[in-house]
Amino acid sequence: MKKLGLLLVILSGALLLYATVDFPLWGDPSSPASLHVSPRYIEKTMEETSVPNIVTAVLADYRGFDTMFETTVIFGAGVVCFLLLRVLGGEEGDHYYRHLPTGVTIHVKGAKGKSLSGEFERIDMLWTPYDLVIKTACRIMIPFIQIYALYVIAHGHHSPGGGFQGGVILGASVILLAISQNLRTALRRIGEKTVGILCAIGVFIYAGTGALCLALGRNFLDYAALASVLGTDPVTARSHGILIVETGVGIAVMATMIWIYNNVSSAGRYDEGL
Amino acid sequence: MIWELDMAILTLVLFCAVGAITVKDLLGAAILFGAYSFMMCLLWAIMGAVDVAFTEASVGAGVSTVFFVAAVFRTTRRTKD
Repeated sequence: MKKLGLLLVILSGALLLYATVDFPLWGDPSSPASLHVSPRYIEKTMEETSVPNIVTAVLADYRGFDTMFETTVIFGAGVVCFLLLRVLGGEEGDHYYRHLPTGVTIHVKGAKGKSLSGEFERIDMLWTPYDLVIKTACRIMIPFIQIYALYVIAHGHHSPGGGFQGGVILGASVILLAISQNLRTALRRIGEKTVGILCAIGVFIYAGTGALCLALGRNFLDYAALASVLGTDPVTARSHGILIVETGVGIAVMATMIWIYNNVSSAGRYDEGL
Repeated sequence: MIWELDMAILTLVLFCAVGAITVKDLLGAAILFGAYSFMMCLLWAIMGAVDVAFTEASVGAGVSTVFFVAAVFRTTRRTKD
């Protein structure tokens, strides 16, 4: 069976490699894409949308449908991780506490609903003493990572980047907090319900912008319709529409990354992370 | 574009890809997959697709490696086959 699988993989791989011979050469100026598709975008993007980064304009404006359903796929991935992994009522069970002045660790069975005085700190089962260097370095770095993520989202019109990359970096900053301290610290900052709602809000912003364009009498996701709402000319409205949509993508991607991490790292119990 | 650099990175991509699917230690496979993503990111950047390279670096080499490590941490470190 294993040999048959290997044979099939090699055969289909060889077929694919054979088919690539018919492709146009890399950067071939006479290939169909370079003759008809690319010149249209390269010549018209600036005057139609006033966005210098053509990739962003194609991603969020000309091919807006693609990006909307990509965001929906990411949202779906988050929801599926939640449905598969989340164990409701997983908070029951054994808890471990550490007495801060003495460093004594105690093990409380069935600790649901009980809370100990402020001298005790809840710790993970596989607890290792917090490293001061890691904790401080991450605490200093996280705000800068978040500012950079917002820059990547907002500056996608002019430089590489956009909603997907910025959202992932924003989510990674919260994941870094969860790794450098513990999952409960990160959950206190941004809880499970917040994450789920933000995930849906991101997709809603994207689809809602499209529906607003439809309501204003243009095609779905034709941001030129937003000119009357934003009070600008249609070309600038398309540029602003891209920013609105990218913000939605960023929110959805950020929330999904945190959501998946929370579910995977705690095996759905939301008590002890990585 | 320097073709020697291109070939060196392509060789590393192939080694990382083959290593990631053959190694028995799943944590090692996760790290190799992260290295594979990073090399792919370099290749995208060489080909001029900076947006794709950025996505590959943040999603492939960054967050998905964390997800794999978390999944390995919650399951087993050795493969059964």
